[in-house]
Amino acid sequence: MGVSRVLVANRGEIAVRIIRACRSLGLQTVAAVSDADRESMAAHMADRVVCIGPARSTESYLNVGALVVAAQGTGADALHPGYGFLAESAELAVACAVFGITFVGPSPEHIRQLGNKLEAREMVRNLGVPTLPGSRKVHTIEEAKARAAEIGYPILFKAASGGGGRGIKTVSEPGALPATFEMASAEARAAFGDDTLYVERYVPDARHIEVQVLGDRFGHAVHLGERDCSLQRRYQKVVEEAPAACVPPAVREEIRVAGATVAAKLGYESAGTIEFIYDQDSERFYFLEMNTRIQVEHPVTEMLTGLDLVGLQLAIADGGTLPVSQSDVVFQGHAIECRVTAESTEDGFRPSPGRITDWEPPRAPGVRVDTHCYPGYVVPPFYDSLLAKLIVHGADRAEALARMREALASFVVRGVDTTIPFLRDLLNDPDFEAGNVNTRWIEEKKLGRA
Amino acid sequence: MAEIRAEMVANVWKVLVAEGDDVSDGDTLVILESMKMEIPILAEDAGTVGQLKVAEGDVVQEGDLIAVIE
Repeated sequence: MGVSRVLVANRGEIAVRIIRACRSLGLQTVAAVSDADRESMAAHMADRVVCIGPARSTESYLNVGALVVAAQGTGADALHPGYGFLAESAELAVACAVFGITFVGPSPEHIRQLGNKLEAREMVRNLGVPTLPGSRKVHTIEEAKARAAEIGYPILFKAASGGGGRGIKTVSEPGALPATFEMASAEARAAFGDDTLYVERYVPDARHIEVQVLGDRFGHAVHLGERDCSLQRRYQKVVEEAPAACVPPAVREEIRVAGATVAAKLGYESAGTIEFIYDQDSERFYFLEMNTRIQVEHPVTEMLTGLDLVGLQLAIADGGTLPVSQSDVVFQGHAIECRVTAESTEDGFRPSPGRITDWEPPRAPGVRVDTHCYPGYVVPPFYDSLLAKLIVHGADRAEALARMREALASFVVRGVDTTIPFLRDLLNDPDFEAGNVNTRWIEEKKLGRA
Repeated sequence: MAEIRAEMVANVWKVLVAEGDDVSDGDTLVILESMKMEIPILAEDAGTVGQLKVAEGDVVQEGDLIAVIE
């Protein structure tokens, strides 16, 4: 063992974040970039840069062969996949193992098992953690009707091979099931090449609560508390915060313990996130899925615990022991993250790529900005629209809210449209301040879509 | 005659018409893709596709000509 040079197999802000973590551990970095990212901040920061293919991600960031060749050609002995792209690809993890490259993440077997939502639900249920009532794969309308009747309406159709919120449809009563079944399977076929669906109980008044966990190969596992990611648009998170101040403390502790239990009993290695649906009516929580990678919103937990999650991933991957025990993990104050994306909120969230002429992120105590943008940077149209994550920390939620409002007010971006005006409006909303929100709040209350 | 131009930098994901095709107002001519979002480009008038300036896989810049409807 002994990792010394890390191939950063990602782009954007997370590539920058990984390079910073490597630097602080004294590790060399190689940025794997597409043609479109040759002038990126990650390319400028890394010790070496290797081009892995054309702009289109299927030929670059999603190309397992190109990444492995890039790692070998540059003498990298480890690969960090970031999030998105191939971060949850068992194939990449296996390829790394075959070629003697340390994959910074869990075992290929855990990636595969937990990536299959139905298998993951079964595994977790067997560990004694509550899961949402749901079916196995359903192939016909008749089968779907029978399962939905057992589970109870309202229900959701989800794509068995799905992700990212695509192919999810709600059915509120039996009459609407056949048409929705057809629509959901057509969408699943188009998006994932597999029209198989499954049925799950739909929780209308839900919060999305997730638990950050860390484990090492020696069987140690801890939780780093929960995050409330209920503010979503099209199943994409918009604002995240920790702790989940709106969940009763006793339930919050139960959710944290459930997360730690899953990580410990699975013998999970590296950073992972266990997502739960919290039903505000019944005050019950249910396992949803586990993400076997670093999350976009990991800085919220870093601000609260003072830990460097990416640094810990690297140390664990290098064969290290988890340097913290559960009693070492201390939660201080309150943290909030807003995702700033290049979209025109006045124009139906139309993508807004192009040249950033002015870029003035806020600087203040308790404010952190994770970004790959700079004045003059051209935001390419090929990838997702995340420009920056704005994270604030305060002694309590009120102070964190005040700091976030101030940070958003002073964040200047010109040249591309951003979601900053929309985020300012969200943060000033009395419902958000009071915690009267759920996963549908943005779409229903803020955008007026039922 | 109506010129259809790209409103932003984008990839041409799908081309659904060919030169010489008759189209109606509101028909989808091309689907662009930018930042993981699909952006359908619609005919704003009925007519015939006189020129088609893009192919699948192309990258268009803001203001680039996509098609001319005659």
